[in-house]
Amino acid sequence: MTLFKNKNKMPKEQFQRSINRTVKGDIGIYIILAIFGFLMVIPLVYAIGQSLKPLEEFWVFPPRLIPVNPTLKNFRDLFRLMGDSWVPFSRYIFNTVLISVVGTAGNVILSSYAAYAISKIPFPGRTGLFKLIVYSLMFNSTVVGITMFILMSSFGWIDTYLAIIVPAFCTTFGLYLMKQFMETSVTDAVLESARIEGASENKIFWKIAMPMVKPAWITLIIFAFKDLWNVGSNMYIYSEQLKTFNYAISQLVTSGISRTGVSAAATVVMMIVPILVFVITQSNIIQTMSTSGMKD
Amino acid sequence: MSKNKTDEVIIRGDMTKAKWTLIQIKKYRVAYLMIAPFFILFFLFTVIPVVLSLLLSFTTFNLLEWPKFIFMDNYIRLFLDDEIFLIAIKNTLVFAAITGPASYMLSLFFAWFINELRPKIRALVTLLFYAPSISGSVYLIWTVFFSSDQYGFANAWLIKTGVINKPILWFQDEKYIFALIIAVALWTSLGTSFLTLIAGFQVVDRTLYEAGAVDGIKNRWQELWFITLPTMRPQLMLSAILAITGSFGFGYIITALVGFPSPNYCAWTIVHHLEDYGGQRFEMGYASAIATILFLMMIGCNLLVNKLLRKVGS
Repeated sequence: MTLFKNKNKMPKEQFQRSINRTVKGDIGIYIILAIFGFLMVIPLVYAIGQSLKPLEEFWVFPPRLIPVNPTLKNFRDLFRLMGDSWVPFSRYIFNTVLISVVGTAGNVILSSYAAYAISKIPFPGRTGLFKLIVYSLMFNSTVVGITMFILMSSFGWIDTYLAIIVPAFCTTFGLYLMKQFMETSVTDAVLESARIEGASENKIFWKIAMPMVKPAWITLIIFAFKDLWNVGSNMYIYSEQLKTFNYAISQLVTSGISRTGVSAAATVVMMIVPILVFVITQSNIIQTMSTSGMKD
Repeated sequence: MSKNKTDEVIIRGDMTKAKWTLIQIKKYRVAYLMIAPFFILFFLFTVIPVVLSLLLSFTTFNLLEWPKFIFMDNYIRLFLDDEIFLIAIKNTLVFAAITGPASYMLSLFFAWFINELRPKIRALVTLLFYAPSISGSVYLIWTVFFSSDQYGFANAWLIKTGVINKPILWFQDEKYIFALIIAVALWTSLGTSFLTLIAGFQVVDRTLYEAGAVDGIKNRWQELWFITLPTMRPQLMLSAILAITGSFGFGYIITALVGFPSPNYCAWTIVHHLEDYGGQRFEMGYASAIATILFLMMIGCNLLVNKLLRKVGS
C-alpha cells in the first residue's frame, strides 16, 4: 500500500524491482548465480591455493583446495629463479612494458582519430569504410597468420619490436567501440559552434571530442593493454633479448614437477594485473560497451 | 575561415554525382588525413593479408621460389585427398556449434540475472564471471586440476569416494578430451560479448517496464522477451558476432591443454591444420587454402546468424 502511495517519490531503481518480480524467482536467480559463480571461481581459487601451498602439501591425499599452512615461499622461489635466468628478468619486463605502452598509445590515438572523422565529419566513403570494419570483426587473426608472416619478413620486421607493436595500432574492435561511443556522446552542436569560431578539426578533436569520451579511451586502453600484456611466445620473435615477460615466466615453470608451486605463483602474478586493472575501470568499460550495439 | 564560407555557398544543383563527390572530398580533406594512419595500417595488416591469402591459395608456394599457379588443385586435394582435413572440419564445426551458442546463451542469461542484483553486488559478480577470460594463461590450471595422477583434484576425489579405483588420464583419453576442452573454452568465453550484454541490460529505458506492466506483462520472462530483448537488439547482434568469431578461435587453448597434435587427432581443428602446413611444413599455398576456408566459414556463420537475429525481433 505504502508502495503505491509513494510511487512518484521512489527511486527508479527500487520501483523497477517491484514490478513483475516474485520472491521465488529472485531466490531462484540467486541460487543459479551462486552455483555457476562457484564453478567459475573454483579454478581461480585453486590456482591461488596452489601458489600458496608449501611443498609437503602437494603430496597430501586427498589434495586440498586451500592450503592449511599457506606460505609465500613459491613467490620467493619464483623471484629467485628470475634472478638466475641468463637474460636478466628486468629485460623481459622492459620488453613487455615497452610493447604494452607504445602499442596501447598508438592504438588509442590512431583509432580515436579515425573514429572521430568517421562519426563526426560527413566525408564521402565513410559508411563504406565502417562496413569494412564491421566485416573485419567477423573473423579472427589466425586467418591471416601466414600472409602476415610473409609481409613481415618482406618488411624486414622479423625479430624486431615493430612486428608486434605496429599491427597492434589498428585493432578494428577499438575503432568500432570508439566510433559508436563518439556518435552518441559527442554532441554535434558543440562541434558546430567550435567550427564557426574557427577551430581546426585537430584542435576540436583534442580539446572537445576527446575529453567527452573519456570512458571510451579508458576502455580502449584496457583492451589493448590486456592483449599486449598477454603476448607470449610469438612466431615473429626469436631473439631471447626481445621476448616478453609472459614468455619468460611460462618458460620458467614448464620444467619439472617440483615446480608446480612456482608455476602456480607465476600464473597468479600474470593474472593479478589484468584483473586489478579491470576492477579499477569497470564502470568506464560498462559505460562504453552500452553504446557498442550494432545498429542499422 | 573565409574559405569555409565560400564552400558552403556551393549548392549541388545539377552537377554530376562525380563532380559533387570531388568537391565534398576537397572540402573534407582533413578527415582523410585523420583516418589515414589507421586505415593505411588496416589495409596493410588486414585487407591485404586476406586478399593475398586468397590469391596464394591457387598456387603452390614454399617461401623460396616464386609461387606457381595451380588453380583449384589445393582445394581438390583438401577435400578429396586429405583425410585429416576432413576430421579437422568436422571437429571445428562441432566445436563451434557447441561453444558458440552455449557461450552466447550463458552470457545472455548470466548478464540478465546479474542485472537483477543490487549495483554493488552486480560489479562483484560481473568480475567473478569475467575474470577467467582476462587472466592470460590461467586456464592451464585445469591440467593440474585434472592431472592424470592421483594428486590431481578430480582423480583424488573420485578415488576417495570410490567412483573409480585408478586415476583417469583426463587429457589423454579420447573419451574425455572433447568434453573437457569444451568446458575450458566455455569457462574462458565470457569475455567482451558478455560485457556487451551486461551493458545492454543497463541501458534499457526503465519506463518501458512500467508501461509494459500496464499493458499486461505478467512476469520477468515476458518482460525479457517482449521488452528487454527487442530493445537491446544492437547489443545482441554485436555480442553474437564476438561469440561466433571466438568459437572458431579456441585452437591455442586446445594445443595448450592436449598438445600438438592431439591424441589420434581427436581434437584437431582447422586452426591446427593451418599451423601444421603453414608453420611447420611451409606449404604456404596449401596453408592459404586452409586459411581461406576458415575465413569463409567464419564470415558465413556470422552473416547467417546476423540474418536470423534480425528476424527474431520483428
